[in-house]
Amino acid sequence: MRTREQVLKDLQTRFKDDIVDLLDKSPKRVYMEIKPESIVRVGSYIFKDLEARFNIASGVDARSHIEILYHFSLEYINLLISLRVKLDRKKPVIDSLTTEFKAVNWIEREMSELLGIEFKGHPEMKRLLLPDEWPEGVYPLRTDYEEWDKNAIRDRGV
Amino acid sequence: MAKSVIPIGPWHPLQEEPEFFTLTVDGETVVDMDVSIGYNHRGIEKLSEMKSFDQATFVIERICGICSTSHPFAYTRAVEDVIPVEVPDRAKYIRTIIAETERIHSHLLWLGLAGHFLGYNTIYHWVWKLREEILDVCEILTGNRNNYAIFKPGGVRRDFNMDDIPLVLRKIDGIIPTVDRLKKAILDDPVLHARLKGIGILTKEEVIDYSALGPTARASGVAKDVRKDAPYGAYDRVDWDMIVTENGDVFDKVVVRVLETYESIKIVKTCIAELPGGEIDLNIKDIPPGEGIGAHEAPRGETFHYIRSDGTNRPARHKVRAPTFMNLPTYKATVIGETISYATIILAAIDPCYCCTERMAVRDVEGKRLFGGPDLVKLSQEKTARMKREMGMP
Amino acid sequence: MSFAVNAMLKSPWVFHLSTGSCNNCDIEILDCLTPRFDIERFGMLLVGSIKHADVLLVTGSCNRKSAGRLKTLYEQAPQPCVVVAIGECSLSRGLFIHSYNCPVPLDKIIPVSVYIPGCPPKPEAIIGGVVKLIQKVKGT
Ligand code: SF4
Repeated sequence: MRTREQVLKDLQTRFKDDIVDLLDKSPKRVYMEIKPESIVRVGSYIFKDLEARFNIASGVDARSHIEILYHFSLEYINLLISLRVKLDRKKPVIDSLTTEFKAVNWIEREMSELLGIEFKGHPEMKRLLLPDEWPEGVYPLRTDYEEWDKNAIRDRGV
Repeated sequence: MAKSVIPIGPWHPLQEEPEFFTLTVDGETVVDMDVSIGYNHRGIEKLSEMKSFDQATFVIERICGICSTSHPFAYTRAVEDVIPVEVPDRAKYIRTIIAETERIHSHLLWLGLAGHFLGYNTIYHWVWKLREEILDVCEILTGNRNNYAIFKPGGVRRDFNMDDIPLVLRKIDGIIPTVDRLKKAILDDPVLHARLKGIGILTKEEVIDYSALGPTARASGVAKDVRKDAPYGAYDRVDWDMIVTENGDVFDKVVVRVLETYESIKIVKTCIAELPGGEIDLNIKDIPPGEGIGAHEAPRGETFHYIRSDGTNRPARHKVRAPTFMNLPTYKATVIGETISYATIILAAIDPCYCCTERMAVRDVEGKRLFGGPDLVKLSQEKTARMKREMGMP
Repeated sequence: MSFAVNAMLKSPWVFHLSTGSCNNCDIEILDCLTPRFDIERFGMLLVGSIKHADVLLVTGSCNRKSAGRLKTLYEQAPQPCVVVAIGECSLSRGLFIHSYNCPVPLDKIIPVSVYIPGCPPKPEAIIGGVVKLIQKVKGT
C-alpha cells in the first residue's frame, strides 16, 4: 500500500495543471483546490485508482462564489482529502460525477435543489427533499435566502 | 404479465420516518423502484447556521432520536478540528461510553423491529423490553432517556455521578444473559435462516460503488469502521473487534448487529473500569475562522459533519451527512429482482428506520376465508418442524 | 354520551403519524406499547390505517410535504376522532420554528384536543395525557 507522501506526490505530479492550491492542514486532513473542469478526472482517479471512499460533498455559498467540497477518505493511510472547486455564483455549473460512481447521485440532487448548482449529465435530476410547491429558483441554503411564504407563522403565539 | 405499481408509505403502521416507496412489480417480482424522501426535511443545516456553536449541539441532537449522540459526537469533533484541540481524557471516555450504550439500544431497537417486519413479534416485544434496561442506564448516566444533551464542543456538559456506577454495571451485566438467549433465538431459528439467507445480497463491489457504510458494508466483507480506521475518543485504548461477515445478505446484517452488541457491551464495561479522572471540559470560548471535519461511527454507519467558521460565534456552513443517505440508494442493487414479500425486510436491513409488513389472512377469489388464525399457528408449527428436519437441525 | 363515544373510550384505537420528527417521540410511542408500559392492557391498539382509528397521534413539526397529506388523512378519519399532539415539535415546532420547511404549527392545520409537551415526553407522560383525554371526553 502507498504511504501518505506517495499519494500526495502522485496527485501533485499527475494533476499538476489541474491543482490550483493544496493545503496540508493536518496529518489527517488535506484540502486540494482544483479547476472545476477537472473534477471528473481527479474525482474518479481518487475514487477508483486510489480506492478512496466517497464521504459526501458539501456545497457552500461563500457569498462571492459557490464552493463544492468533495470529501474522500483513504482509510489505509487515515487521510481525508477534500477536493475544492469554486464556481461562479451567478451560474454555478459543473460536470456530474454520477456517471463515474453511484455514491454521488443523491448528494448532487440535493445540492442542485438546495443551492441551485447545475450538474451537467446527471441521469435523474429531480427534487429529492423539497416539496413540489416550492418555487423554482429559490434556494434555501444560499446566504441571501429570504422567506417567500407569506403565510408562514414564526411566533409561538404566547 | 402486466406491470403494476405498488406505493408504500408515506405513512405505514409502524414506520417511524415517513418515506414513500413506489415499487413496480411484474407479478411477484420487483422490477423497478423509486423512493421519495423529504417528508422529514426540517432544514437543519440552515437552522444550525442561525445558532451559536454551543446552541447548535441541541439542534444537531434532534436530527435523529436514535442517534442523539452520533450527530453531536461528529459535530463536536468537527468544531474541535477547526481549532484544533484535543478534549481531556475523561471527556473522551464519557463520550465513548454514551456512544456505545446508544449503539446497544439502537441495534436492539432494530432487531426488535426486524422481528416485527417478519411477523416474529415475540422478538419485538422481548427485545424492546430489554432495551428499556439500556435506556435506564442512559438515564442514570446522563439524566435523560434520549436526547442526552451531554455533548458540547470541547468536552462534555456533565460528569457522571460515580455513586451510580455500580448500579450501571449491574444493569449491564443483567442484560447479558438475555442477549445470549436472543442471539440463540435469532441465529438458530430455522425460519429466520430460511427467510433471510441469500436475499437482498449486496456485493462488495456495490458497497464500494455506493460508498455504503456501517453494518451494511461490514456484512458484505468491507472492513470499514471509523472507530478502527481513524480512532478517536477512547476507541484506540480499549480492546474490541470489528465484526465483518462475507455474504452480504440480510441474515449477515442481523449477525453483524447482534455480535456488535456484545462488542459494545465490552467497550462500555472496559471504559467504565478504566475511567480516568481530571477535567471534563476545555471551556472553549472562541472558534477561529477555518474548516473542520468530524466523523463518528454511528450505529448505522459513519456520520459526517463539515463545519466552516468565519470567526463569529455561529457556523458559516454546517453540512450534515447521515449514514442512511449513503445506504438507502443501495435499494437499487438489493430490492430489484427480489419478490415483494422480501422488499420490506431488505429495505429494513440497512436500518433506515423504515418498517412494516401488514398482517393478512389468505383469501381466495370470492373472499372466502381459507385459513383462520388457529390454522395459521398450526401450519406454522408444522412448517417449523418440517424445516428443522429438512435442514438437519435438532 | 353517544354509542360511538362510549365505544371509543372503552378501547381507543390509535393511529400514529410522524410529520417530520426526530423519531424520538415515535419511539416513545412504540415504547408505550411494549412490555414495560404495555398500554394494550387498556384496550389501546396501534392500528395500520386511519380508517380504523379513533385517536390520531401526531408527532413532528408538520413540514411542507407532510402538511397537505396530514389534512387529507384527518378528513378520512371516522368521526369522532381526537387529535393528540405529542412532543414539543407538534406543539409549537420547538427548535424547528424558524425552519424554512416548517411554516405552520399543527393546530393551525387540524384541530388538536390534547397537547403532551416534552422533547420527547416520557412514556409515562404520554399515558398520563391519554388518561386526561379520556377523563375530558367523559366529562369527569
Ligand atoms: S419533540 Fe423533540 S423528541 Fe419529539 S420529535 Fe420533536 S425534537 Fe424529536
